[in-house]
Amino acid sequence: MAMLSHTELRKGVKLEINGEPGIIVSSDFVKPGKGQAFTRIKVRSFLTGNTLERTVKSNEKMPKADVEERNCQFLYRDSEGFHFMDSVSYDQLALSEEALGDAAKWMEENMEARLLMWKGRPISVEPPNFVELEITNCEPGVKGDTAQGATKPATLSTGATVNVPLFVNEGEWVRIDTRTGDYMERVKR
Amino acid sequence: METLRKRAAILKRIRDFFEERGSLEVSTPAIVRSPGVDAHLDAIAVQLSGGPAGTPQNGWLRTSPEYHMKRLLAAGSGAIHQLAPAWRDGEKGELHEPEFTLLEWYRPGADDSALMDETEALVRDLASNFADGVLSHQGTTCQAGQGAPAFERITFREAFERHTGLDPINDSTGRLGIALRAGGVRVQRPASREQLVDLLLAFVVQPRLGEQHPCFVTDWPVDRAALARVRPGRDADQAASAARFELYACGIELCNGYFELSCAEEQRARIESENKRREDLGKAPYPVDEDFLAALSSGLPDCAGNALGIDRLLMLLNHSESLREVRSFLVDLS
Repeated sequence: MAMLSHTELRKGVKLEINGEPGIIVSSDFVKPGKGQAFTRIKVRSFLTGNTLERTVKSNEKMPKADVEERNCQFLYRDSEGFHFMDSVSYDQLALSEEALGDAAKWMEENMEARLLMWKGRPISVEPPNFVELEITNCEPGVKGDTAQGATKPATLSTGATVNVPLFVNEGEWVRIDTRTGDYMERVKR
Repeated sequence: METLRKRAAILKRIRDFFEERGSLEVSTPAIVRSPGVDAHLDAIAVQLSGGPAGTPQNGWLRTSPEYHMKRLLAAGSGAIHQLAPAWRDGEKGELHEPEFTLLEWYRPGADDSALMDETEALVRDLASNFADGVLSHQGTTCQAGQGAPAFERITFREAFERHTGLDPINDSTGRLGIALRAGGVRVQRPASREQLVDLLLAFVVQPRLGEQHPCFVTDWPVDRAALARVRPGRDADQAASAARFELYACGIELCNGYFELSCAEEQRARIESENKRREDLGKAPYPVDEDFLAALSSGLPDCAGNALGIDRLLMLLNHSESLREVRSFLVDLS
């Protein structure tokens, strides 16, 4: 199994901890009083969603998570969860809503997404960095009001709520950065 | 740009401070034959052409300018200071950069106590001139200006006991381990006594040092002496300790100073024992710098020296959140 040295334990790196795959959400390097260096990491498990803390000495290694990414298309959701299709093999893969976490609120049918596979089974999904979605509900737009910074909540076709500028209307399409959940711009469809 | 101008003004003030005190600014090589003595410092290897028969010459980027500056002291330089970069491989984090600015200075005739006085005078001078007397980092502030009370001086054992309730030398590894767990730290593999003390120091003790006023930690355990003299215990129950000090402000270590070891034989023994520790950790030993040892044999004057991390101090003086804010660029090879 590929191993990671303590200098490779950076935010965003995927590793195995307690036999579970996870992603490093924070990493803290310390070196007290000319002593040995340590890296303290917090890891979110892909399986349970729990965050685990570990402190690793400078001469220790951690196992890299044996994961692969597959390009998929989101098909539909039902009582069992979210169903995807591998864009190359046409395999169908299912994931629970918990496993999707925050990604669930951006998922719309036919959308492309990357599935993370661990030991042959899907464990998490990454939506595209930017998605374009329709506003299904928000307060009416205020014509001519382009004041900087003023926003109102809007509900999107996937059920997600985002803050949009006052001039945006129901039925319009907007571009969202899924990493931050921020409104980017209006788009024509 | 404003931060850059402030950085330049502070560096100028530091140079003036030492000039006013009769110290000579020096420049010593960045590329060296032997990078240092510390088992836990990893130097960056460099290669030059022009060795015998066309072979390359192997060297290192200095982890500190200590060896060359001590050679100057042995040659009779008197008080000297240097403000220049140093490099340490694998050190990257919120308070670490592989390339950083180090202020290193030596004062013949001074001991560790006298050098703490000088360090305090420098920090007060800079805090008053550039930060209204206040050092700050991520919500922690520390009064360090001319009007602030004297910087506290506590021994390593006192600091450890104050924040963990334990004695780092005599308490059992079991008690140290329980305290570490209580501090919210889980280790990946079992830790030795030395590592438990390091971990408690890093995660429990250090973050709470220098909370309202800067604080010197003095009298380090003998196994952490590095290049400091060892002095006998001051009373019957006290163990011998190293004449070494570190200054903390806002939970951040700013400097590391010694009443310098001047005995060449003792120095050679420490280099060999640190090299042995390197091998135990699976690292290559460093070459022994015989010119440095010869300089010690020829007579290093009694002196104290200090190495102060300038980027960290600038971060506290500028009330910045990160080292990135006070350096125009960070090393980036990606």
